[in-house]
Amino acid sequence: MTHAVASARGQALRRGWFRFRQSGLSMLGAALVVAVLAIAIVGPWIAPFPGHVAGGVDTANRFLAPSLAHPFGTNELGQDVLSLVLAGTRISVLAGLGVVVLGTLFGTLVGAVAGFAGGWTDEVLMRLSDLKLTIPGLILAMAVAAALGAGLLNMVIAIALSWWPGYARLVRGEVLARKEEVYVAAARAIGASPARILFRHVLPNIVSPVVVKMSLDMGFAILTVASLGFIGIGVRPPTPEWGTLLSVSRSYMPDFWWTAVFPGLAMFVAIFGFNLLGDGLRDVLDPRARR
Amino acid sequence: MLRFVLRRLVLVLPVLLGMTVMMFIIARLLPGDPVALAAGPNATAAEIAAYAAEFGLDQPVTVQYWRYLSGLLGGDFGVSIFSRRPVLDDLLTYLPATLELVLAAMFLAVVLGIPAGLAAAVWRNRWPDYLGRVAALAAISMPRFFLGLLLQLGFAMWLLWLPLGGRFPIILEPPPLVTGFLTLDALIAGDGTAFATACRHLAMPAIAMCLSPLATIMRMMRASTIEVLQQDYVMTARALGLPARQIVFKYVAKNAVSATLTVIGLYFGWLLGGTVLVETVFDWPGLGLYATQAIVSQDFMPVIGVAMVIGLLFVLVNLVVDLLYGVINPKVRYS
Amino acid sequence: MALLEIRDLHLAMRSFDGEAHVLNGIDLAVERREVWGLVGDTGCGKSLTGLSVSRLVPTPPGRFLAGEIRFEGRDLLACPEAEVAELRGTGIGMIFQDPTTNLNPAFSIRTQLVDVALSAARRDPAILEGARGRAAQAAAERLAAAMLDRVGIPDAAARLGDYPHEFSGGMRQRVLIAMALIGRPDLLIADEPTTALDVSVQAQILRLIRAMVEEFDMGVLLITHNLGVVAQSCTHVAVMYAGNIVESGPVRAVLTTPLHPYTRALLQAIPTRGVVRGALRGLAGAVPNLIAPPPGCRFAPRCPRATDACRAAVPPPRGEGHRVACLHPGDRDA
Ligand SMILES: Nc1ncnc2c1ncn2[C@@H]1O[C@H](COP(=O)(O)OP(=O)(O)O)[C@@H](O)[C@H]1O
Ligand SMILES: [Mg+2]
Repeated sequence: MTHAVASARGQALRRGWFRFRQSGLSMLGAALVVAVLAIAIVGPWIAPFPGHVAGGVDTANRFLAPSLAHPFGTNELGQDVLSLVLAGTRISVLAGLGVVVLGTLFGTLVGAVAGFAGGWTDEVLMRLSDLKLTIPGLILAMAVAAALGAGLLNMVIAIALSWWPGYARLVRGEVLARKEEVYVAAARAIGASPARILFRHVLPNIVSPVVVKMSLDMGFAILTVASLGFIGIGVRPPTPEWGTLLSVSRSYMPDFWWTAVFPGLAMFVAIFGFNLLGDGLRDVLDPRARR
Repeated sequence: MLRFVLRRLVLVLPVLLGMTVMMFIIARLLPGDPVALAAGPNATAAEIAAYAAEFGLDQPVTVQYWRYLSGLLGGDFGVSIFSRRPVLDDLLTYLPATLELVLAAMFLAVVLGIPAGLAAAVWRNRWPDYLGRVAALAAISMPRFFLGLLLQLGFAMWLLWLPLGGRFPIILEPPPLVTGFLTLDALIAGDGTAFATACRHLAMPAIAMCLSPLATIMRMMRASTIEVLQQDYVMTARALGLPARQIVFKYVAKNAVSATLTVIGLYFGWLLGGTVLVETVFDWPGLGLYATQAIVSQDFMPVIGVAMVIGLLFVLVNLVVDLLYGVINPKVRYS
Repeated sequence: MALLEIRDLHLAMRSFDGEAHVLNGIDLAVERREVWGLVGDTGCGKSLTGLSVSRLVPTPPGRFLAGEIRFEGRDLLACPEAEVAELRGTGIGMIFQDPTTNLNPAFSIRTQLVDVALSAARRDPAILEGARGRAAQAAAERLAAAMLDRVGIPDAAARLGDYPHEFSGGMRQRVLIAMALIGRPDLLIADEPTTALDVSVQAQILRLIRAMVEEFDMGVLLITHNLGVVAQSCTHVAVMYAGNIVESGPVRAVLTTPLHPYTRALLQAIPTRGVVRGALRGLAGAVPNLIAPPPGCRFAPRCPRATDACRAAVPPPRGEGHRVACLHPGDRDA
């Protein structure tokens, strides 16, 4: 039986992949995401001026307009903006990934506990996740980040704190649905623990929606990270985080527009890529949303 | 219906209570020493202690929380440890600016998003639809603060059409205060110039702010229109000869809008929390800017106050949306 | 000239698995004051036949391969969409199966009836006795109340402002009948109008439709999968199987001396009095795959009398009045 299920799933995946490839936009999204991930990995090494990434300055060459030597121009410290943007990719992607992964893990935990425990525990945990709907996430993240102090990890934790309720709901719903199902009843009869039910029956069933949600959330997480950087509660210079770069170079507009426009564009392209991909994945993996 | 409203309002109380608890936990249990920050870098330990005592911050957290709650009953939102101003006064000062901005953005988003979604659904899978979908996704992906900067660069710095930021020039006399919304107050006062000035200041922040809800409303409206178009009653309407225009704009639109309404309510709260960025870019003197300054200096009473006001507004807007839903969809009973 | 005449209609529908040849040469003629029952199993193409007449089959996925649909002599398949649209509501009225989903839940029935009346009056001012502008709105409301009263809704004028969910299922179907007839159509197509209703209400609705035939001097195409309904309220009947009309004629003739093996099986499946629901007892096999149908008679694989000739080509309908498309029909006298 497991075999039949597996092969049916395999066929669904092949069909999905076919539909996915049919959509040019989804493929564009996938390409953008692959490019962003690649740059995140090799960015600091392919940066033309690695010294600038490490914080080196070159005051003789301040505010050079975009040229062949500096395609994105240079900033107020004479640093090559292209190098900063390339290096910043890793930070944004890492931070976004951190937020989404932490949120998923924590949400899964909360959802599983709520679903299995039921009763008061469930009630309290779910009201807590309701609360998140009414508290503006950005303000919460800002407050926590400010209290924790500057730094990439603190920022990731601060944002992840407001990120879990969506996943918790997803997992809880699935736990409630599966808990009652015949095969889980059977599994429990032969001595399966909640952990076993969770890993064998619940999680495999929600891989698709979770993947879709993670992909869509990735773009939003990158956006939130950049927002905190922009406000000045997050990573501090000289770490070349996109939002921070933008907030610093704001004061040099309009004359030195390139110092702000290129980090902003990088941000937009990365977020757009993840959103395109997530949208395409949802069309393929989530039959209810198919149009 | 009155009972429905009252019950919903009563349900708000635990939410607000939970919010205060959560903010107190963040404020008091996480590292960071707001008092030292407020007392200044050169303050001695004794001075800091005196400062803390002045605001009751030397008490145990539970006592502080209890004091805060009892204050709330009397409408006292605490005091900023920096400016020593009562938080309530500040909230009342900054709230209208934020509301005006959010309402303007929401107005744009609804007025443009609903027809756009309807059009995309009617032209489903043809080029206007594809174009609209890509544009919507791009709009959602666009960081609001970056869009704000681009707008400033284009319209305020290069073209010089619009003011760079702010809400109203200091050198001008603002219209007499009635609603707190400068645009409305100017209209009430019959002051055309003031109205134009207020609108010119409002334009860019509202546009930067409306893009993402616009796109979401459009996508939602598209999806629900497609669903409604497949309903049996649409086939009946066509079979009995109603003109296509009437079917789409009257019969389909009303049903599709009622499904979209819920999103509008949710988005409103999201926008209120998200004004922070746009207000920062455009120096818009609203709650977001106020909260940001408070957060940076770890001045927590204003932050809790802002969160509570936003939470309350969120609940109120969703209540209004639910009532509207009942008006549009006669089957809904307020039970 | 017949009111409605369908000749050799072929329709294909594209789906995920391929293009299905769902209507395979339909011939049918309906005169005024005739009530034609169109019976057959679920999926045999009854609804698509009805929708084809109003040109409401979505194309794509649908595609008309051949044939003509003449309404008062004019071939609707050859007409531009605008011309067919002119006929909807005034020339051809339609009622569908589920009265719950066919009324718009967000509008009062006044709005829905009045809009249909106004749009019909734009084409045929006589419907509102030539009233225009504000007068037209008032006239339409009066007409709506009169129609509701006519279809048997008690206290009609007072209920105009009610919403669909405030009516019972049978009452909703009456509202829909009023809506379909408010534009005085010459032809009424009713697609399983009683299937979703309680048995006790079914008979009332059928009697109502019968009564309207005389009053409006119209022809009716009554789609159903229930031979009991046919026996009760039709003057003529056409039996469909897998996209073909296999037998047609006056109700008495067809029901008393069924000629096609499928019709016989259908009749045998009726438990003395009552309802047929899908399954045919005593017939092995299933409806053929319409994506790659067998070349001959589509019933041949299940037919006890089938020969090689049956499997070679689709048998053409034969006979006058009572027609049957079968090489080995039962005896006319049997
Ligand atoms: N929109 C459609 N797309 C594809 N196939 C369809 C569509 N509508 C109907 N069909 C197919 O056409 C055949 C006839 O359908 P229909 O006329 O609705 O049957 P019924 O006799 O039950 O009313 C069925 O096999 C059905 O699967
Ligand atoms: Mg049907």
